Formats: sequence, C-alpha cells, structure tokens
Amino acid sequence: MISTFKTTIASLAASTILATSAFAGELVINTDTSDPAPKAAFEQLIADFEAANPDITVKWNLFDHEGYKTSIRNFLTADAPDLANWYAGNRMLPYVNAGLFEDVSDVWEENGLNESLASAAGSMTIDGKKWGVPYTYYQWGVYYRKDIFEANGIEVPTNWDEFKAAGATLTAAGVTPITIGTKYLWTAGGVFDYLNLRTNGYEFHMALTKGEVEWTDQRVVDTMNNWKELIDAGFFLDNHTSYSWQEALAPMVAGDAAMYVMGNFAVAPLREAGLTDDQLGFFQFPVINPDVPLAEEAPTDTLHIPANASNKEDARKFLAFLASAEAQTKINETLGQLPINKDSTVGDDKFLQAGYAMLSSTDGGIAQFFDRDAPAEMAKIGMEGFQEFMVKPDRLDAILTRLEKTRLRVYK
Amino acid sequence: MSASRASRFNQRSLAPVLFLAPAILFFLFYVIFPIFQSIQISLYDWDGLGPKTFVGMDNYVELMDDEAFYTSLKNNVIWLVLYMLAIPAGLFIALFLNQTVFGMRLYKSLFFFPFVISQVVVGLVFTWFYDPSYGLLNVILGWFGMGPIAILGDETWVTYGIIFAGLWPQTAYCMILYITGLNAVDPEQIEAGRLDNAKGWNMLWYIILPQLKPATFIAIVVTVIGALRSFDLVSIMTAGGPWGSSRVLAYYMYEKAFSEYGFRMGYGAAIAVVLLLIMMIYITFFLMKMYRDERGQ
Repeated sequence: MISTFKTTIASLAASTILATSAFAGELVINTDTSDPAPKAAFEQLIADFEAANPDITVKWNLFDHEGYKTSIRNFLTADAPDLANWYAGNRMLPYVNAGLFEDVSDVWEENGLNESLASAAGSMTIDGKKWGVPYTYYQWGVYYRKDIFEANGIEVPTNWDEFKAAGATLTAAGVTPITIGTKYLWTAGGVFDYLNLRTNGYEFHMALTKGEVEWTDQRVVDTMNNWKELIDAGFFLDNHTSYSWQEALAPMVAGDAAMYVMGNFAVAPLREAGLTDDQLGFFQFPVINPDVPLAEEAPTDTLHIPANASNKEDARKFLAFLASAEAQTKINETLGQLPINKDSTVGDDKFLQAGYAMLSSTDGGIAQFFDRDAPAEMAKIGMEGFQEFMVKPDRLDAILTRLEKTRLRVYK
Repeated sequence: MSASRASRFNQRSLAPVLFLAPAILFFLFYVIFPIFQSIQISLYDWDGLGPKTFVGMDNYVELMDDEAFYTSLKNNVIWLVLYMLAIPAGLFIALFLNQTVFGMRLYKSLFFFPFVISQVVVGLVFTWFYDPSYGLLNVILGWFGMGPIAILGDETWVTYGIIFAGLWPQTAYCMILYITGLNAVDPEQIEAGRLDNAKGWNMLWYIILPQLKPATFIAIVVTVIGALRSFDLVSIMTAGGPWGSSRVLAYYMYEKAFSEYGFRMGYGAAIAVVLLLIMMIYITFFLMKMYRDERGQ
C-alpha cells in the first residue's frame, strides 16, 4: 500500500518535471483544436512532422476553446510550450506588445513565406515583424437550405431587395429566414460586420474597428437601420439570446429556419446532423450598397512560438513544415477550410471551392472578424450592444451613445 | 529563581502565539495581504502582462459612470433579498421532514441532494429547464396556453431565473442546518408549551424558533455569503447576458479582469474593492454581534 503510494508520488513528480522542462528533441504544442475535425487535422499534422523529423518527439496538449482563451495568458508567462495556436490581427497584439510571442520573421525569410503566404502577411505583421505562421482561414457568408428555397420558389438573392423579398416569402411560409444564437455574442458581431461591410465598405469598417470613426456617425446609423429592417420583418430566430451557435443549428436542420450567417465551420456539424449537399448551399452575403466593392470576412488561424519557449529551434522547424504547401493542403482538407499557401490545393468540397472562388475574387478587402479587428474591450461592449439591438431595436440611440463612450475610452 | 520565572513566562506567552501562528499566517497571506494588494492594483491601469501605469482614482471615477456596474449592483441587491427566501423554505422542509416515518432518511437525503451536486450541474439543469424550445418549463406553460418565455434570454426575468436555480441548493443547505437544530430542541419545553395550549403557529413562533436561533444565525450567514459570491450560476447559465443584464459584481469583476475580452486588472480590482466594502457592512454587523454575544456570556 505504502509502496504503491510512493510510486504514485514519484511518477507524479516525474510527470510534472516532464511537463515543465521539456528536454531537447521534445516539442511541446498547446492548441485548442478540440472539435473533431481540427483535432484529427492536428493529429495527422503532428504524425507527419514526426515522420519527417524522427529525432523530434511532439508532446501535444489539447485544451477546450473557452478555457484556452484564459489559460494562454498563464502558460505564455509561466510554463511556456514551444508552440501555441492563436489568431491573427488585433487578437495577437496584446501578446506581441507584452513580448510573449517570438519574432519569427526569419522563418518567413528562410522559407520564402513572404511569397507563398503573402495573402496573410499583412495580418501577421506588427511593427514590421512577423509573429507567427498562419495555417488556415475560412470564409463567412450565408449558408442556406437549398431545398427550402426551391420549395418556396426562391432564387439565391444577390441584392438587398431580393434578400428582403426572400425573407418575406419564407416568413409567409412559416419558416424563420435566419437562424442565430447570440448567447455568446460573437454571432451578432458577424451579422454586424457583413451589414456594415455591405453598407459602408471595407475602409469604413476598418476605420470603425480601429476607433477612428464615431459610433454615432450617420453611416453607422445607416448600417443599423438596415439591420432594423431585417429585425422588424422577423428575419431572426425568436429567443436567440438563449442559444449558442451550435444550438441555433437545430432549427435549420429541422427545416424551421432557412439561412445562417456563419463561417464555414458550420458545414461540418450541419452535415453530421444529416443535411446532404443537395439540401445545403452557400451564397455570398448580398449587395446592399452597389457603390461599395464587396469585402468579405475570413478569419485566419495561426501558430506562434512563445518568447519563453525552451525548444525554439525545433519549433521553427515545425512552423516551416506547417507553412509548406503540402502540409497546408493536407491539414485544410481535414479541417474543411482553406489553405493560406498559394501553392496548396483547395479541398474538393463544394463549400471550400465556393469560398475559395469568392475570396480570391474579393477586391474590397478581407476583414478578420469584429472581435479580432476591434480591441477586446470594444469588441465585448460592441457585441453586447448588437445583441441588445437585435431584441430592442428602439434603443439604438442609447446603444450607439454607449459604444461611442467606450470608444473614447478604449482607444485613447 | 528568576530564570525559572522567565521560562514559565515564555511558555505561557509563547504557546498561544505558536498555536495561532499557522492560522494567522494563512489568514495574512490568503486574506489580508490580497485585500491590500487588490486596493493597490485598483489604482493602476494594468493588463496583467505589461507594465503598470498609476492612474490614481481613475478606475473608481469610471466605475461611478458605468451602467454595467449599476446593473450588477442592482442585481446583487436582488440576489441578497431573494436569496433570503431559502431560510423560511429550508425551515419549512425541515419541519416537514422532522417526523418518524419509514424511509425518512432517504427522503432527507433526497432533499439534501441538490446541495451535494456541483453548482455547475445545478446551472446546467436549470438552463435546460428554462430552454425556450424544449425546456420543461415552457412545456408546462404550454399546457396553460402560455407562450414560451425565454427566461434566460429576457432582461426582466433572467436574474430571477438564476436566483430561483440558486435557491434550490441553498434551501437544501438551510434545511440541513434546521434539521440538526431541531434535534436539539428541548422536548420538555414543547411539552410545557402543549400544557399551556400552544399549537401550530404559536408553538413554532414562541417555542421552537427561539430554540433554533443558532441555526437561524448560521443560515443567515451562509445565505448572505452565498448571495454575494453568486458567480458560478451566472457564469454557467447566462455568462452575464443577455447584454449584461444578469451580471453581479463578482461576475463583472471576473469579466473585466480575467475573461476573454477583459484583462483590465485595475478596473477588476476596483470592482472587487467595492464588493469588499459592501461585504464589510455585513461583516462588521456580524463581528459586532459575535462580540456582544461572547461578552454576554
């Protein structure tokens, strides 16, 4: 009994030591890719990397999404892995500013990534240096039930009037036009992004999220009034404040709702729930103001080396491996997302092909996402405002005044 | 002679100090020291990673002009008031269960069960119960022709919905306190009361309740503490939503300091200090009562 206890203690101590101080040849990776597809993609990526580098053993710690967002701050400072995944743009800014991410411009130089990953170079650059390697991105847009559209004789809407007409037909048929779950707020941010990109264009949207424009500006009010048209016409799912984005998939699967403004990651669970490709379709968010060039939303996911990592040499090898055309092709095939490397092949999937075609012809600009383009605090209060607006559109003035107050404080 | 007196003096004075030392040290390091540290941090603008900037009272000034802070404060008051319902409810169940029937231990355990399970589970169970599309509550309301109410998605109902969920385990807690209290009730006094023709309400109010005073005191203490640290249920059931209308101070502090979009340590600390001040009112009252009781004996 006592001896078992002692061995347990000893092995516990040993594993703690292992976890904290990785020896040479061991590469520790922390990721939050815990959903089935991302998990499989990373498993495969790591296996391939180990096969190509037999002298390196990868130790992979998997976190859940929400927990990861808070634990990353702890492990970056206290117990740094050699690699950690995160997001491009403003989301990585606090860590870069705090000196917690390693400058990996050399990896970009040596492997010609400035060339092959050029499309995401901008969102990885802060102060002229690169802070990580992007490995995937995905389009946003409108996912819809093709069969319901056909049953009601609706064509894919390409402009605002057609979009509203489609909604009216659906409502008349007893189908909620757009499903959404705003419990965790960010889904409302996606809708706002698209309405604002279509009403005022990319430049204005970026200026707004960078804090250069007042929230009480007439152009923001225009965006919100467009949104209000949809709300007043009963476009959105009832009680959406009670649902997460996954729970909001259910009405669409059941045929009670016909559209979802979402990222491409919604396709996997919709397919799993039994929708076939004949029932499920994708279209670009319709034009609202024909004078603005179409801009899209396509968040980029990235991998970084923490500044306190112990095995930076092998971590750089891993980044170079991840950046290669073959690795990106393979990982994104499993992820069901788009590779960044321009020499990679896009998976043979109609949604990926549609997204790829849409994004490569986008001339208006590519936004990351509301909570990646705007600083964290502005994003939180902003998305809370959007959620409130979706339920109480009459409070528009109060909401915009509150956002403006936040802007004045956050960006000073 | 003098040497032995000195050693005896040392023993007498050292022993209590030594015995108290572990508790005092822990209290200093885990309670007193963090309080002063929070007060200090609340004077800074700090993201938890980078350098701190001294901003004086700015965090407090901002707090005074923060709608979300007043929403949280208001909700805390609602929590404090409504959470007290757990005490009479617990007493009622305790009286009900205080009989000798076959299998009473099982019933008692079943009533105590909600307190044993984690608050997170309680939160999840009630989230499903309130779910507007398939939740049991709306199924029941449907029988009476009442439309689905999204309790947790509606700014007027949400706080009450969460408090109701919290009352479930809290009532069980108060119940167990009263059940133990009832065991200590003096049967002779009840007998004497009966002889004087005390029944029902009078018996409860004049004979039983005075003897349950210690249990009531503890029940109030744990309920007030439970109401003020109501964090897990808010976090699990609504994450403070919709649009922040179910936040309480403890959750708002967490959100500002540690959540995904937060990391304003100074501001979070300022909220914590305000929460401490509110608790101080109650703690002072509690300490004064303890002090008076001890002196009375």
